Amino acid sequence: MRGGTEPVGQLTRTDLAELVERIGRARDKNAFAELFRYYAPRVKGYLMGLGADAHVAEELAQEALLMVWRKASQFDASKASAGTWIFTIARNLRIDALRKERRPEFDPHDPALMPADEPKLDDAVAQAQVGRRIRDILKQLPKDQAIVVKMSFFQDKPHSEIAAELDLPLGTVKSRIRLAMGRFRELMEDR
Amino acid sequence: MMVAKHHPSDDVLLAYASGALREEAGLVVATHLALCPRCREEVAMAEAIGGAAFDEIQPSSMQPSALDSVMARLDDAGSAPDDTSRDRRPTPFADPGAEVIPEPLRGYLDGRLDSLPWRRLGPDVREFSIISRPGGATARLLRIAPGKTLPEHGHRGDEHTLVLKGCFFDGDEVFSRGDVESAHGEAVHQPVSGPDEECICLVVTDAPLRFTGLMERILQPFIRI
Repeated sequence: MRGGTEPVGQLTRTDLAELVERIGRARDKNAFAELFRYYAPRVKGYLMGLGADAHVAEELAQEALLMVWRKASQFDASKASAGTWIFTIARNLRIDALRKERRPEFDPHDPALMPADEPKLDDAVAQAQVGRRIRDILKQLPKDQAIVVKMSFFQDKPHSEIAAELDLPLGTVKSRIRLAMGRFRELMEDR
Repeated sequence: MMVAKHHPSDDVLLAYASGALREEAGLVVATHLALCPRCREEVAMAEAIGGAAFDEIQPSSMQPSALDSVMARLDDAGSAPDDTSRDRRPTPFADPGAEVIPEPLRGYLDGRLDSLPWRRLGPDVREFSIISRPGGATARLLRIAPGKTLPEHGHRGDEHTLVLKGCFFDGDEVFSRGDVESAHGEAVHQPVSGPDEECICLVVTDAPLRFTGLMERILQPFIRI
């Protein structure tokens, strides 16, 4: 199968979730190829934006998609969208491979974990809805809030450096992030 | 059920979700998450924001052979262990009393608490150093006897304190199990542990503490507080 690896036009979020599920359920290589064509260039772009050179980013993007193949059966569309799930795989790879650090994470099966009072009852449809609304809010965020949120995700800088780069007090960066999170939080509370 | 009242700030939670936060601060956030369902939801939301923004990233074309190269590896790739499955067991509690320590912190301590090699910092405080980086970032566990005042100190950078047992007072606020207090830059403060039981805290700094009292400033290079 010839691999066309240019980014292709918009796949819907449902399409993407279905592709992951087909990989997880049936080891579907056609589904994997489609997912690869969509996400590998984005993972590569993500890593280069964080400072990796093209060669390293290329290798790590391939590793990330291989990880998607290996973990596809664990994807739960009721917990997160495919894009969020793949973002977290890329993020963890970045921490491990680019920064050579551990990412501390809580363990949902830890007996010392404090459980939630009411378990969230979500399904894939609800999750898709949430994803849509998050994207809408992101598009509608005031520019100054959108910039700091995106820089936090896609540049290898702590907030103090973001502040320096934008020539703003650190407190301003923090309050813009707080305002942005507040908008998203309102959305979550409407559910 | 005691619910945390003091949480990491939004920018810290976002930085944890985005991967921008360093390991030491991440240890505080993740251990707080184990004790705070509300912040677990916040982080899940922040990750969803990341996922949404991720789709808007400028793609960077892969090499023409990339897909074929990865496809050739699929058959041998197997499955990755499930991070959340019950087969991957949380760190056992190696000491009685270690039940107050959730993951991921418990893993950093090998499930120990009393049997850790505690170092005495004066009569009222014991310390166990978990992380100590050349640049000055540290993560340590502190055990403070009840009703004691910590030396007055300021910070050059950020400091995050997560209470695991007992409580401490700082100004008008009380910080109990699960609570996080963050202090930045110029803040000078003098926390006091609660009167009823020892206070066990995870304390993370990204720069060495600056002691403001004269005696402490003289002693600091020797005590390395």
